[in-house]
Amino acid sequence: MTSLELLHATADAGLEDLEAESIYIMREVAAEFERPVLLFSGGKDSIVLLRLAEKAFWPAKFPFPVMHVDTGHNFPEVIEFRDRRVEQLGATLVVASVPAAIERGELVEERGPRASRNRLQTPVLLEAIAANQFDAAIGGARRDEEKARAKERVFSFRDEFGQWDPRNQRPELWHLFNGMHVRGEHMRVFPLSNWTELDVWRYIERECIEVPSIYFAHEREVFERDGMLMAVSEYLPLLPQEKAFMASVRYRTVGDMTCTAAVRSTATALQDVVAEIATTRITERGQSRADDQFSEAAMEDRKREGYF
Amino acid sequence: MDLLRISTAGSVDDGKSTLIGRLLYDSKQVFEDTMVSIQRASSAQGLDEVNLALLTDGLRAEREQGITIDVAYRYFATPKRKFIIADSPGHVQYTRNMVTGASTTQLALILVDARKGVIEQTRRHTAIVSLLGIRHAVLCVNKMDLVDWSEARFREIEAEYRALTSGLHLDNVTILPMAAVTGENVVERGEHMPWFSGPSLLHFLEEVDVPDPARHAGLRFPVQNVLRPQVDEFHDYRGYAGTVMAGEVRVGEEVTVLPLGVRTRVAAIDRFQESLPAAGSGEAIAIRLADDLDVGRGSMIVDAAQPALMAKRFTADLCWMSESVTLRPRQQYWIKHTTRRVRCMVESIDDRLDVTNYERQAAPSELVLNDIGRVTVKLLEPIFPDPYTVSRDTGSFILIDPNTRHTVAAGMVREIDAESAVRAGG
Repeated sequence: MTSLELLHATADAGLEDLEAESIYIMREVAAEFERPVLLFSGGKDSIVLLRLAEKAFWPAKFPFPVMHVDTGHNFPEVIEFRDRRVEQLGATLVVASVPAAIERGELVEERGPRASRNRLQTPVLLEAIAANQFDAAIGGARRDEEKARAKERVFSFRDEFGQWDPRNQRPELWHLFNGMHVRGEHMRVFPLSNWTELDVWRYIERECIEVPSIYFAHEREVFERDGMLMAVSEYLPLLPQEKAFMASVRYRTVGDMTCTAAVRSTATALQDVVAEIATTRITERGQSRADDQFSEAAMEDRKREGYF
Repeated sequence: MDLLRISTAGSVDDGKSTLIGRLLYDSKQVFEDTMVSIQRASSAQGLDEVNLALLTDGLRAEREQGITIDVAYRYFATPKRKFIIADSPGHVQYTRNMVTGASTTQLALILVDARKGVIEQTRRHTAIVSLLGIRHAVLCVNKMDLVDWSEARFREIEAEYRALTSGLHLDNVTILPMAAVTGENVVERGEHMPWFSGPSLLHFLEEVDVPDPARHAGLRFPVQNVLRPQVDEFHDYRGYAGTVMAGEVRVGEEVTVLPLGVRTRVAAIDRFQESLPAAGSGEAIAIRLADDLDVGRGSMIVDAAQPALMAKRFTADLCWMSESVTLRPRQQYWIKHTTRRVRCMVESIDDRLDVTNYERQAAPSELVLNDIGRVTVKLLEPIFPDPYTVSRDTGSFILIDPNTRHTVAAGMVREIDAESAVRAGG
């Protein structure tokens, strides 16, 4: 069996089931929480989340704002897309800004050529949740992404410090989600828990959903660092031995420019992207996220602190 | 092409994580960078060969201790089917995690070590699989390489397991020999067991038929939210959002709305910009009714000919999940059943199941962590349950401790006290 055969044989497989499950979860959130918020980065997973929210409450508007945790190191194409999509849906956008927190002196910027604002997102996210009194944050994380995420509940409880305690999670049975909490605590909710990367792309294709242009192959000035292709930008200075060059690339994940790597690709249309994902032999986070490469348990450690 | 949800259970050393690792690896679902990372971790543990168990043990503590602590979910697909595996720990102190993992699945893999055969854990796991209404169990007789691929040994375990399951509600028990560490009979048949004529595990999983019994039950539609757009285009729109949990719903059909007990008709079934003539179990839709009624979250729209009972007392099998508190009679909890949450009390603990010999000890004074027992639940307001054997989604519930807000128990409705049932409309 080749991966391409797999692609055709399983086309549309289970998408109806996954969609229905996710819509059910969204509706439970709306019913069980007073102030939910949907975390929207402009990436493919949160784009699918928005679509599911739109469907879950149609013909009404979805009953929560969307929030972007902004590191200030964004791909301009993604910010443009974010603003346009939010306007189309008539949704309210809350921006939780890392640079603003640095300016206020609440956070200290990392120094050096490998400085990243990745970890600074966590305190900014937690502060925004507290300041807005959000009691549920709907996120696009999937269990297939990473081994610590494979252990996460759909309704994932956070204490008043925003911490995740993986060894003491609430049991979660059948489709019975326990959203009970008191003020100061909140829930992270992951409607896409059972989706794979390929499911996400197939759904985007099936639903004809627009995604930011950087998900498709384009010419870009890049350089190689730790085996990954990073975009040349003002946020990421080159080290002396590193050389910039032009390449045809696309992005498999969309995050901060300083920790999201590009992959070589010629996939310019949605079906090319789906075919590429169906045949790849490397995980999305392994290929494109520098933030996961710190250690075996990098994600678990960040999640315990309150990361997405 | 469909989706099969599987749970695994096994004791610490019978190679469960290795088996799943093998399924993923041999069906070419393991990515190169993941492989590099577990190769690195294996040599850090001083192992000569790659430890496939590391594919599933994701938490730091699990890797350090070499055991599975919590349920991990894994995803893979073949040209025939997509699979979701809920990989659960086997240790006795994690029974509740196993119940959690098994609750959403249609088929259970139970592992035994061919050298040890059926042991206490096998009996416990099989009991739980049966209680949770998973009708398909596959006993994986693993480590056949360590008993020289002996048919006699396999037949012995087979006979023992058949005897064990004969009194349980398991429609379909399949027993397969294999060796996860070498891959024999996991994905491919292999050559060491010519005496075995059955399929490989993966081949079996691809072909097994798992019908949903709730599909043929009466309609059960718990209302999650009321959709009222309040825009000009949908001025008078009032839709009830929810998922069909059992049976099917058709436009024009007569339904009863609980707890009102009022009959009405289905005026329309909506699903994002379209109207459907009908919807079946598992579909997330919105229903509009012919009459303006007091319907909200926690209401249930049911088949008028086969309505659910409005029960205020029922018996249930309960799995106690709290470490910090025990269950004693007359304690009060929140019960969450479908989309309804009401106050309840466990009136009595009728018995406790010994999951190793299947005997029931009458009237225990309490249930503690990982205990399973039959209880009688009394409710302040009615819920609309079905027996768990008829429908898992409308026969299951959780208990929530009002003080800690923790989920403390998982329950399966057994008998509904008809005397306690409130008459529809009454």
